[in-house]
Amino acid sequence: MSTDTAFELQLQNITKVYPGVVALDDVSLRISAGEVVGLIGENGAGKSTLMKVLGGVIAPSSGSITISGETYEALSVQQSFDHGIAFVHQELNLFDNLSVAANMLLGREIRSGFLGLVDEAAMARAAQPILDRIGARFSPSAQVSELSIAEQQMLEIAKALSMDSRLVILDEPTSSLTLSETNRLLKIIADLKAHGVAVLFISHRLSEVEQCADRVVVLRDGRDVGHLSRDEINYDAMIRLMIGRTLASRPPEEKRAAEPVVALQVEDLRTHAYPAGSASLAVRSGEIMGLAGLVGAGRTELARAIFGIDGVHGGTIRIAGRTLSGHNPQEAIAAGLCLVPEDRKGQGLILDFSVGSNICLADLQAVSRNGFVDRRREAARAAEQRDRLKIKVESLDRAAAELSGGNQQKVALGKWLALDPRVIIFDEPTRGIDVGSKAEIYGLMRVLTNRGCAILMISSDMEEVISVSDRIAVMCRGRVAGVLEPPDFSEENVLTLAIG
Amino acid sequence: MQKKDLGLLVLIFVVGTVVASINPRFLSPINIANTANLVGLFGLFSIAEAFVIVTAGIELSVGSVIALLGVIFVDFVVNLGMPWPLALLITLLLGVAIGALHGFLVTRMRMQPFVVTLCGLLVYRGIARFYTADATAGFTFGASFPSLEWVFSGRSYGVPHSIVAFGIVAVIAWVVLHRTVFGRHLFAVGKNEEAARFSGIRTARVTTIAYIICAVLTALSAVFFAMYTRSISPASHGSFYELYGIAAAVLGGFSLRGGEGSVVGVVLGVILLQMLQNLVNLLGIPSSLNFAVMGAVILIGVLADQQFARYRERQRQAQSLKRATTDGEPVPRPGETPAR
Repeated sequence: MSTDTAFELQLQNITKVYPGVVALDDVSLRISAGEVVGLIGENGAGKSTLMKVLGGVIAPSSGSITISGETYEALSVQQSFDHGIAFVHQELNLFDNLSVAANMLLGREIRSGFLGLVDEAAMARAAQPILDRIGARFSPSAQVSELSIAEQQMLEIAKALSMDSRLVILDEPTSSLTLSETNRLLKIIADLKAHGVAVLFISHRLSEVEQCADRVVVLRDGRDVGHLSRDEINYDAMIRLMIGRTLASRPPEEKRAAEPVVALQVEDLRTHAYPAGSASLAVRSGEIMGLAGLVGAGRTELARAIFGIDGVHGGTIRIAGRTLSGHNPQEAIAAGLCLVPEDRKGQGLILDFSVGSNICLADLQAVSRNGFVDRRREAARAAEQRDRLKIKVESLDRAAAELSGGNQQKVALGKWLALDPRVIIFDEPTRGIDVGSKAEIYGLMRVLTNRGCAILMISSDMEEVISVSDRIAVMCRGRVAGVLEPPDFSEENVLTLAIG
Repeated sequence: MQKKDLGLLVLIFVVGTVVASINPRFLSPINIANTANLVGLFGLFSIAEAFVIVTAGIELSVGSVIALLGVIFVDFVVNLGMPWPLALLITLLLGVAIGALHGFLVTRMRMQPFVVTLCGLLVYRGIARFYTADATAGFTFGASFPSLEWVFSGRSYGVPHSIVAFGIVAVIAWVVLHRTVFGRHLFAVGKNEEAARFSGIRTARVTTIAYIICAVLTALSAVFFAMYTRSISPASHGSFYELYGIAAAVLGGFSLRGGEGSVVGVVLGVILLQMLQNLVNLLGIPSSLNFAVMGAVILIGVLADQQFARYRERQRQAQSLKRATTDGEPVPRPGETPAR
């Protein structure tokens, strides 16, 4: 489509409203052939929503998209493809049971003969020049399962190029690459630019953005908060725009002097996600420790390892002085640790079970005699938690699936409270929850810490981390990069540690 | 009793009334006793199968285990002259071993239940045939084991002992599955293993115990079958019984995805399947159509049940949507996830 005219993409005043949330607010963006634009912003700034608009996955609520002179209110996936917009996602979308060439030409297989059989040799011949162009040293007939992560990342880029792309969108392409691989990727970007391909480069690694971008666009809370031209791009300027405002630090009287007793101590813990990194932190009784970091920093993996879901590669976990092996949740629960997981619907609850059964699931022994569930005691226990947590449900026999997000989260928490835990790990406790329920959850956390419970709260919501936490630990690539005390609470400090 | 159990019960009465009105012999004491005997025999391993299905697993080696343990039990009693209670004990312990092995392979070696038990189906059948050198194992003519025969194939007041045993096992299974902590854990593991693990349930142990219960009940049913047929040809004895058990469980409301079903359902499922077999005989339908009738009834039954469930699901969603909007809470539009 229109390969003769020079490629130019223009987003004008794109707004995307979800009920209760404005994901994109009047964002405009221009990118032309041979240009590299860096797109940066914190978690939840609206980058993924913008990508989905470009990919034709979602339709903006208002605004228009102009590509090479043609204007659309919304793109379809096919139109996006036809205009030569190609994505290289952070998560790899490859079939590791197929060859490199088969992956590259998936859906566009070269056939031969009257039976129309797949011609592997011709596909390998077609794939070779593209691999050469990006300097890949693996063979087109290699199996994807034999490639390293970096090579797979390169294959994704090759795949994007093979479609004769006019605009390549790279979403965090370097998050799994080593330094030398990253440098090679930056060379490939320069080469694409030289060939007149437009590149939209999304990254948290600001030094890379600094190296390769002609312009930088910064998003914050769904708004376009500033553009930097080539000679304005530097680390400080980018950080300043990403944060924008300085949050007023909380009034000191809200802070409680944490008891000096360490409830959860983690030393040099190495998880499956970051077998090389080692995380250490200590959470005291009576405090909420926020655990901040970029997506993929290894926070959820740390929580799972502490709770004994995944097993650990090394390091020690202690709850009130008792050492855990990190290999089974029962041990953690017995020691007084519990986890309210990120995936509420898949891990926190059994959606088809009744609210009452969910609340009692973690500690059925307490409501049973000799292994028989005492249904009256079960109902009483469930009712007690319902009243305590103010769970809105007409009957405890209702399936948990029928509740709203906030009430589901209360059920997921309620199943632990009767155990009187010493330490609770919350993983994204308020994701997808309305504002009113959020406040209730924060209130519950405070009630728990006032009774001496220690809370570790993983959150990607910067405002939440800063306003709710008593101290903030920040993770970066599997390590705890630093712990902030209240006087140092600021988005800038958190982000500086998170970017590493 | 759940609604789907009630539906099944109604179906049983309707089928029974129709058959009885066409052929009154259906209600004759002899026919009822014979059918009850078969219900008991097939019911034992159907309940066994249900314990594995509720964990979202499957047990395909039931028929082969019935052949193998049947052959071994008969050999012990007839050829080795072992006292039958001891032979029974050993048979049940072999059941424990088989179940533990399957549970180990499924939970610790992370193999798929289908594969593990399919291999079991082949292996146990092969061993059974090898054990007797492909000969028929059985009680020699005139051989008599009065107490053994009375216990396993006798009748009290005209009631076959197999259905008494089935009744006792069903009551115990109902209590275990629907009233104990272990039963609740079984349903939790079957419905959402991940959430069960996050709740501190020992999912591997729970699943393994389910396979052991299944194999022990199968071993018990192997002894009943051995005493029922009195001679066992290891190449065909018990063939396809696992499918029969699965059919009864599915008909009784068990989902192969796990976490759903009731013991009442599987009992009714067994009864209905035996009635269908009986119906084929009594109504003069060619017995070659036996399986076809069974298959068609199960298909229609499960289809009707799922359509009904979908209808209820839609009602429920409409209701909760109404509730959510009146709460003033954001409701994602269909097909879109709120992303930022």
